[in-house]
Amino acid sequence: MKYELQPTLPPPANTIGAIGWARKHLFNGPLNSIATVLLAWLAFTILAPVVQWVLIDANWTGTARESCTDGGACWVFIGQRIDQFLYGFYPDSETWRLDLAFFLLLGLILWLAIPKLPAKGIAALITLVIYPVIAFFLLTGGSFGLEAVDTHQWGGLSLTLVLAVVGMVASLPIGVLLALGRQSDMPIVKSLSVVYIEIWRGVPLITVLFMASVMLPLFFPEGMTFDKLLRALIGITMFQSAYMAEVVRGGLQAIPKGQYEAADALGLGYWQKMILIILPQALKMMIPGIVNTFIALFKDTSLVLIIGLFDLLAIVQAATNDPKWIGYATEGYVFVAFVFWIFCFSMSRYSQHLEKRLHTGHGNRA
Amino acid sequence: MSSDLPNAKGSTPATDPSQEVKFYNDPAKRALVFQVLLVLVIGAFIWFIVSNTLSNLEQRGITTGFSFLSQEAGFGIPLSLIEYSEASSYGRTFLVGLMNTVLVSFLGIVAATILGFILGIARLSDNWLIAKLSAVYIEIFRNIPLLLQIFFWYFAVLRALPSPRQSMEFFGTYLNIRGFYMPAPVTEAGFGLVWGALAIAIIASVLIKRWAHKRQDATGQIFPAGWVSLGLIIGLPLIAFVIAGAPLTFDHPELKGFNFQGGMTIIPELAALWLALTIYTAAFIAETVRGGILSVPHGQIEAASALGLPKTRTLRLIVIPQAMRVIIPPLTSQYLNLTKNSSLATAIGYPDLVSVFAGTTLNQTGQAIEVISMTMAVYLSLSILTSLFMNWYNKRMSLVER
Repeated sequence: MKYELQPTLPPPANTIGAIGWARKHLFNGPLNSIATVLLAWLAFTILAPVVQWVLIDANWTGTARESCTDGGACWVFIGQRIDQFLYGFYPDSETWRLDLAFFLLLGLILWLAIPKLPAKGIAALITLVIYPVIAFFLLTGGSFGLEAVDTHQWGGLSLTLVLAVVGMVASLPIGVLLALGRQSDMPIVKSLSVVYIEIWRGVPLITVLFMASVMLPLFFPEGMTFDKLLRALIGITMFQSAYMAEVVRGGLQAIPKGQYEAADALGLGYWQKMILIILPQALKMMIPGIVNTFIALFKDTSLVLIIGLFDLLAIVQAATNDPKWIGYATEGYVFVAFVFWIFCFSMSRYSQHLEKRLHTGHGNRA
Repeated sequence: MSSDLPNAKGSTPATDPSQEVKFYNDPAKRALVFQVLLVLVIGAFIWFIVSNTLSNLEQRGITTGFSFLSQEAGFGIPLSLIEYSEASSYGRTFLVGLMNTVLVSFLGIVAATILGFILGIARLSDNWLIAKLSAVYIEIFRNIPLLLQIFFWYFAVLRALPSPRQSMEFFGTYLNIRGFYMPAPVTEAGFGLVWGALAIAIIASVLIKRWAHKRQDATGQIFPAGWVSLGLIIGLPLIAFVIAGAPLTFDHPELKGFNFQGGMTIIPELAALWLALTIYTAAFIAETVRGGILSVPHGQIEAASALGLPKTRTLRLIVIPQAMRVIIPPLTSQYLNLTKNSSLATAIGYPDLVSVFAGTTLNQTGQAIEVISMTMAVYLSLSILTSLFMNWYNKRMSLVER
């Protein structure tokens, strides 16, 4: 007699592989099976025509609307106008400046976002202080031998990015100050910060933009004029800094009280305590929140079309009214939606990833 | 957060009691000086702005004040819940705009809540397909700007509808490029009886619920109060309706000339705005709901089943009450966001507060300061009310919990 272990039998065929998976996740129970079949049918009836329209029946090449003969989407429209959608009315010979500014920013963001790269502090400093100066001279021109480009020629995706990035970079320091003010012991500073934050958070961005475009010129002496873009930027920055302040406050509150007390015990002054101890820790925790407000801001920049700036949405909207391309509004909107979606989705994924990473790093966080 | 200790330099003399702390190293005095300076700077800035504004307004010949509110507006508004004509005053346009904002916000909140809860629960479903489809919906719609979604529904979808003469018709309703036309219910004499019956049914339901609760506490027997209440609320008014001799007729829309007359109309601007607000906000509400449900510890569900509670009652008595505690604060802020976002109406010409008041009225009167401040004040008071509610709610909930 042999007491040998018999080879284990494979699990029943209907519990493994694709069939097992489907039984477990799609058809576990009669109600679920019905729901699966119904939803699959519904998804198919909705998605199939969409795919047909977007990809299969679409026309991709050509120069005029006559090329669009297959009955699907007419991507020729986007292809013909892509330069305008990206660069607005920026002179053709100068668009390399927008490209350069964009790729510089992209490089800096990659430097900041990839964990393995060193010297994050320097990268942050360059992004927040030096890069805006470079970008300003690069985009407006008029010095260093660059041709001056008036802001009314700016438009398209590049204007959207300018609005979002400037709004972000300018609102960060104001937001930090406001958040510190809100946590301050000084009653006047505290109440002023609270009032500022709550006012801007309480009103819709569109009224802020209206205010910036209608009321701002009234606030300053006769000779002082702001161009439309600057007015929008001021409005966006004021609005965004209130939201930023709340994100920063969240970060400050996440720092254990012991850190404040330890800094006090070392005899550090207020600013030393904040700059050396609290903010470096808090800023790290704030990054997901900052990215989330940036996503919201990025989507909200599309509102500037209401005060007459030609961001990506506005310029596509205008192009759909061009008699040469009338009737292709859907293609235009789908294109804009796709561009915004790529930006927002990748940023939100990054912020989720970061939240997870930060969460494991601070296991004892409340 | 500034410390009670003097700052680093100020703390050294503390070892030597004979030497006083210099006044500029005393945090209390420094704070005072700093705040006085801040008030002066802000005061000067405000004075600068006010004086500039006054002189600018004078130069343009605009008189300040709110007297313009009683002037005749002279423009029509396509959708108005109260009596309004071109002869009405600007004050009345403010009211019409405000009510239209409330209308679309209310419709949006109701629809987005329903859709958001369905999607949020669906994303947690065991069924892979349901969970994935819900996730796809959420990830698509919350990452596309709301304004773009409004434009899409308005310009790409609703503009493609047929003209009034080629209207699509289903069951006495008509859909065309000018809007969605439905029969309007017209109540006749005797309909008050139905309202009365409804009121009685609601009061009775509340009483039954109380009685059922008491009985359960005393005897442990469960009374299906929910079903009985539902029966009462539907049944009683229905009986009253029949007794009163069906005092309800419908005003059907009819094609007269180039457009439909009579009935109820949903203008395309309202439809587009409502659709976009609902679809966009539902994605955010779904995430809130999911987070709330996930926040209920699994031990609670296990404890409930250890007590022998069936699955539906576990959900109703254990999971939902605890999840709602987490869900409601962010949900209220989503409602507030939706209300603020309804101001995008102005981009497609839905006559909301921003559109008719901060838009048309501002352009006609030039009273920028007054108009913008009134508009902002409306949204601001809404948001203050919301945050008051949230504080009250959080306080109540934390008392219950700990």
